Amino acid sequence: MAGLTIDRVSKRFGDYEALSNVSINVADGEFLAVLGPSGCGKTTLLRMVAGFEKVTDGRIIIGGETMSTPERNLPPEKRRVGIVFQNYALWPHMTVAENVGYSLKVAKVSRAERDRRVAEALSLVNLTGYGDRRPANLSGGQRQRVALARCLVSAPSLVLFDEPLANLDVHLRAAMEDEFADFHKRTGTTIVYITHDQAEAMALADRIAVMDEGRLAQLAPPRELYREPANEMVASFISQGIILPADVLTAAEAGHCRVRVLGHEVLVRCRPDESPRAAAKLCCRSPELEAVGPSEDGIPVAIKRVVYQGGRARVELSPVERPDLNLHLEQADPVTLVAGVEARVRIRTGWLIPEARNAP
Amino acid sequence: MAGSIGGVRNSSDLVIPASIKRGFPSEWVLTGLVVAIVVILSILPMLRLVQEIIAPGGRLSIAAVEAGLSNPATWTATWHSLVVGFGGTALAVLFGTAVPILISLTDVRGRSAFVLCFVTPLMIAPQVTALAWLQLFGPASPLLKLLGIAPPLGSRNPLYSAQGIILLLGVQYGPLVFLMVRAGLRKLPRELVEAGLAGGASRWTVLRTIVLPLMTPSIIGASALVFVSCVGNFGIPAFLGIPANYLVLPTLIYQRLAGAGPSALAEVAFLSVLIGVIAMVGIVAQDIISRRRDYRIATTSLPVEPFELGRYRVLVEAIMWLIICAILVLPMLGLFLTSLVPGYGIPLSFKTVTLSNYSFVLFDHAAAKSAFFNSSVLSVAAAVFAVLVAVPLGYFIAWRTSWWSKVLNLTVELPYALPGVVLAIAALLMFLKPIPLIDLRIYNTVWIILYAYLARFMVLALRPTVSGFHQIDRSLEEAAQVAGAGFVMRLRTIIFPMVAPVAVAGGLLIFMTAFSELTVSALLWASGSETIGVVIFSFEQGGDSSYAAAISTMTVALTLLLMLASNFLARHLPNGVLPWRD
Ligand SMILES: Nc1ncnc2c1ncn2[C@@H]1O[C@H](COP(=O)(O)OP(=O)(O)OP(=O)(O)O)[C@@H](O)[C@H]1O
Ligand SMILES: [Mg+2]
Repeated sequence: MAGLTIDRVSKRFGDYEALSNVSINVADGEFLAVLGPSGCGKTTLLRMVAGFEKVTDGRIIIGGETMSTPERNLPPEKRRVGIVFQNYALWPHMTVAENVGYSLKVAKVSRAERDRRVAEALSLVNLTGYGDRRPANLSGGQRQRVALARCLVSAPSLVLFDEPLANLDVHLRAAMEDEFADFHKRTGTTIVYITHDQAEAMALADRIAVMDEGRLAQLAPPRELYREPANEMVASFISQGIILPADVLTAAEAGHCRVRVLGHEVLVRCRPDESPRAAAKLCCRSPELEAVGPSEDGIPVAIKRVVYQGGRARVELSPVERPDLNLHLEQADPVTLVAGVEARVRIRTGWLIPEARNAP
Repeated sequence: MAGSIGGVRNSSDLVIPASIKRGFPSEWVLTGLVVAIVVILSILPMLRLVQEIIAPGGRLSIAAVEAGLSNPATWTATWHSLVVGFGGTALAVLFGTAVPILISLTDVRGRSAFVLCFVTPLMIAPQVTALAWLQLFGPASPLLKLLGIAPPLGSRNPLYSAQGIILLLGVQYGPLVFLMVRAGLRKLPRELVEAGLAGGASRWTVLRTIVLPLMTPSIIGASALVFVSCVGNFGIPAFLGIPANYLVLPTLIYQRLAGAGPSALAEVAFLSVLIGVIAMVGIVAQDIISRRRDYRIATTSLPVEPFELGRYRVLVEAIMWLIICAILVLPMLGLFLTSLVPGYGIPLSFKTVTLSNYSFVLFDHAAAKSAFFNSSVLSVAAAVFAVLVAVPLGYFIAWRTSWWSKVLNLTVELPYALPGVVLAIAALLMFLKPIPLIDLRIYNTVWIILYAYLARFMVLALRPTVSGFHQIDRSLEEAAQVAGAGFVMRLRTIIFPMVAPVAVAGGLLIFMTAFSELTVSALLWASGSETIGVVIFSFEQGGDSSYAAAISTMTVALTLLLMLASNFLARHLPNGVLPWRD
């Protein structure tokens, strides 16, 4: 087992800075998910950890051993990390068993031992009896399980996944998710898992690193990421948070403060060091908004769209006075709101996004 | 399904009255024309050849086969053909696999320049290659004389041997393997290599156990192609083998025909079918082997990250350019220097250097003069005709896929897949007597050569055109169809402009190949219809190497100029149409 330290790592391709100053500490046995929009540098980060790309700046340490510095790059074949690719990357000219046993063969493990461990790895991914097949004759999910077995067979201390489920259909994805979680629990391997499926990341990971344009936007456990986003990007990226302008009226007290948002005073959650300021941002989740009756105290809004989603509807709306802001909430059956009319909503609570500080 | 699509098309034509008259029937006229051309150029000659073997004069007989099989010269030449065929293929594969691996998987610099230089021998006619190497190593070599290391005059040129033939075949066709393996390596997803590295394998192990096995389909395909080319090659064994009396099948055919004239036709027909059979066996064997190894790589991904050679990089680069020196620069230098000496064995110096060889072949020698004219007209005509036919033909093959368009494609491939000698003999047989009904006689004229060129090189324009069609969105044509344009109208205004760049590039390849072609014209020429290839060959056979070198130098210069000029076209072309563009 080994922890992973990514220490102020930057990566430039020519003039283009794909990663800048990323620091992540992954504890021994931790499951870290990396989440972010397309092109934000997730794959690049993973390839640097595996040793396929050199770092431009910073260090990468695996299990206490420095693997990458700008001067020295331990080649991938010496790192003993496992990697599972999105496109499986199974060798078409080898059988399933040969694919899985490749690293053992390279390490000159004896034939009998090799067969035993291959069988073990295949049973671990529920593919016993598939050893003689060719990868071309397997389904997508089976291929990905072979790829997983191939990476597990040499018992690596660190396993990297690059969107391993992106090519699979929804049902298979759920099943594979369970298998990954199970595998992690059983072996306690340190895992770095890239995905752009938030639900997947939340379901699997101990902590999630959100990346944005080559920077680390936030590194936190799933619940904290959802409830206490560190900045606007994370707030809006995770579960489509609603960002609203607000003025902070009181200093933080027991984790809460009063803010004025859209003309109404609301008690919201906040960091303990908040103090009154103007032009702050509030992050609300759709369950934190509720529609109220016309006579009750609420923000007048215009309803733009109602999408029925079975048992409930997603309602998109804008405040009458601020038509540039987009809000959404969910209304359970019976759905009473219809597009084109005015209604009132109330903000029950929210999270005050901390003031942007200059990077340390 | 096809019927219903056809029905839709017809009814849309009905809506626009103007196109009923022109659009619909003209499509059938054009289709008929294209099919007729293919039949005349590909199917008839092959049928005629087969008829000569099994039923000469209209009656079934195996006398020709028996006579051929009982002749020991047949067996010697067959054995020699196999020796140089396998030898040349082995060398070309060795060479053509190692080099692309080196330049595709490592961080050597100057790749495009290297690829350009490495592929150039493929564009130079084999007899010119042969002449250049002969001039480089022979006792009269001006280069060796300049360096003072020439063997004494009268000593035997080491290239006059089976080994010499194998060496030059390897140099000539190595680039063919190179191109196919390089294309294969480009499609190799980097994850397949990286998964191996992550599994703890060294780069060397990954190369051995992953990259090379995955390249075997490319390598096997290329081997078959090269084998057929080696077995069918005439220029190299003609220059290197005939002086050593080392005859292969194509040179044996040439000698018989040159010695006995049309009376030897039955015998050479058998020999040419024999070459055809050997070539076919090669192709079929490749097909069987590659079917068992179908490692189709389906995923698309970035190509493999180059391996850093570190301090060995300079060494590897030096070796690469030494190879270029050996296979391209030195032979061409030898050729050029030979073209400047006034006579055989005279050392080159500032006193002796002369351009008289050039002026002689350009202005004084009647056959050479007419050869320049003939070859220019022949190659331009072949190129233009092929482009004009390739566009509608490519259209049927690429966009109207039905069983007969596939048959059409195979039919056009056949005369090129088979060695040129086979086609030449077939053409001879077809046109020895005047064409019936119209009583037209093209035997012993330049027209029979044109016919053979058209048949043989058509596919060089067709292949890029078909791949061009595959890259174009078919809805562009359908939009024109909906707008009411009939077939010929669409062909002229939409289809032709879209595929013109690829088709023209194909025409360029035909021009370059046909301009100094020898195999076909050596068997079909007559006084007055000499080609450049034939004249080079005659000069060399008559001992006038300097004249041969002068003409060859000019053809090489023209080839290089065209390759450079084609860069202007390159922007409009899909990858891989111009082999020398990396
Ligand atoms: N070898 C390279 N050379 C130049 N630019 C590169 C290279 N590899 C990646 N990039 C660039 O770096 C940026 C990050 O790429 P990366 O593949 O890491 O994104 P990603 O977060 O994995 O995206 P996705 O979710 O789409 O897979 C992209 O803008 C990409 O174009
Ligand atoms: Mg990626």
